Amino acid sequence: MMNYPGAAVEARGLTVVRGDRTVLRAIDFTVEPGRITGLLGPSGCGKSTLMRAVVGTQAKVTGALDVLGSPAGHPTLRPRIGYVTQDPSVYTDLTVRQNLDYFAAILRPGRRQRDARRAAVTRAITEVDLTSHADALAGTLSGGQLARASLAVALLGTPELLVLDEPTVGLDPVLRHDLWNLFHRLAAEHGTTLLVSSHVMDEAERCHRLLLMREGEILADGTPDALRTAARAATVEEAFLHLVDQAATRQEPTR
Amino acid sequence: MSTTPTPATATPLLSPARTLATAARVLRQLSHDPRTIALLLLIPVLMITLLRYVFDGTPRTFDAIGASLLGIFPLITMFLVTSIATLRERTSGTLERLLAMPLGKGDLIAGYALAFGGVAIVQSLLATAVSVWALGLDVIGSPWLLLLVALLDALLGTALGLFVSAFAASEFQAVQFMPAVIFPQLLLCGLFVARDRMAPGLEAISNVLPMSYAVDGMNEVLGHTDITGDFVRDVLIVAGCALLVLALGAATLRRRTA
Repeated sequence: MMNYPGAAVEARGLTVVRGDRTVLRAIDFTVEPGRITGLLGPSGCGKSTLMRAVVGTQAKVTGALDVLGSPAGHPTLRPRIGYVTQDPSVYTDLTVRQNLDYFAAILRPGRRQRDARRAAVTRAITEVDLTSHADALAGTLSGGQLARASLAVALLGTPELLVLDEPTVGLDPVLRHDLWNLFHRLAAEHGTTLLVSSHVMDEAERCHRLLLMREGEILADGTPDALRTAARAATVEEAFLHLVDQAATRQEPTR
Repeated sequence: MSTTPTPATATPLLSPARTLATAARVLRQLSHDPRTIALLLLIPVLMITLLRYVFDGTPRTFDAIGASLLGIFPLITMFLVTSIATLRERTSGTLERLLAMPLGKGDLIAGYALAFGGVAIVQSLLATAVSVWALGLDVIGSPWLLLLVALLDALLGTALGLFVSAFAASEFQAVQFMPAVIFPQLLLCGLFVARDRMAPGLEAISNVLPMSYAVDGMNEVLGHTDITGDFVRDVLIVAGCALLVLALGAATLRRRTA
């Protein structure tokens, strides 16, 4: 299934400029295949921009960025990546199932694949636990339900790489728990690579590896255990705060 | 067809299955909004009825203006509906999602054109039928030709709507493009004053605006039993403009955005 060597995502000197602001400053990172990599950092630190660069929807990207063995944004990558934006992007004037039917028809067009499509739609709806709301208009769903409908679209094509921008925002603890179980199942059973952003630090503990971001730079990169140990902290949150302090004191003399 | 469609093939600009799926999706969205459907279908009928009684004493004037309006209505309504629909697609994030998927830009554009073209057929059928049979609109040529021009006008409206929605950041702006793009054409298309009686400069401008040819085409049908050379020219120009603007609209869809 994986026909690329080494990392699922590999960035070298990745820089993104939006307007007159440099949002990502020549960052290097890798995302291991078949693992859940958490992208953590405060709002506005560049998480969404990084994800858009990986998916290939971000303009003005410089540096090297390889995704599943091809340059990010390469047309052959489109069916292999599932992407969920921070704001749910589904048609509010269609039902959940009609939304999924349409996106499935884009991924697997043609009459011959109708059965496969139907199966994929039903599976995706079940995975995000929306079976009881499958025929409700998306516009009438609650925020959390809408977010899950948007996630279901990304699960349709059994993508090799799932890029999820804050998928658990606004969800209750039970649903968050269920979704994280789903993420782990996808990684373990299908070998899916997941890149999941969050600004909630307690979700960090559920990732295999973490990228801690701040102001367009990667502060640290490693397993949650390694990050905690290195910072001699009890939680990832403490470790993060410690790293921010460190970065600030390092910068102090140069200012 | 080519060999097995492996997931790693590049996205073609246009695939019939994806285009049809897109058109079906747009119509399905519309089907959840019965009020919009009613407004789309009934307003042209009501306006043309109103016009009939405004020109109660001068049926010749009703013939001329009525036929022109049958071409202008689909253009205006499809322009409005498409510009708002595509703007919503842009702002809701569904466009970004679609363009990150293996959807060709042509699929999206053609899907919209197909869906709204279909709506325009129903709309024009209704308005033309009521005009010809109930309101006594006197057409010498075939009413089917009126319908053909109306359909092409609707496509032109869809194309223009798609195109301008790229320059609108909000619904407020999109709606303002209606007077900006449609009104000048309306004033110069020969509906109010014959085009050769306008100031020479304005006539030259009207010669390059597609709505002028839409109205000319309608008037050709109104006055001739056969398909005239002028009618063919008008139809080809309107169709050509619609295709050109659709292509321009496709160029405004960017897979990568800031």
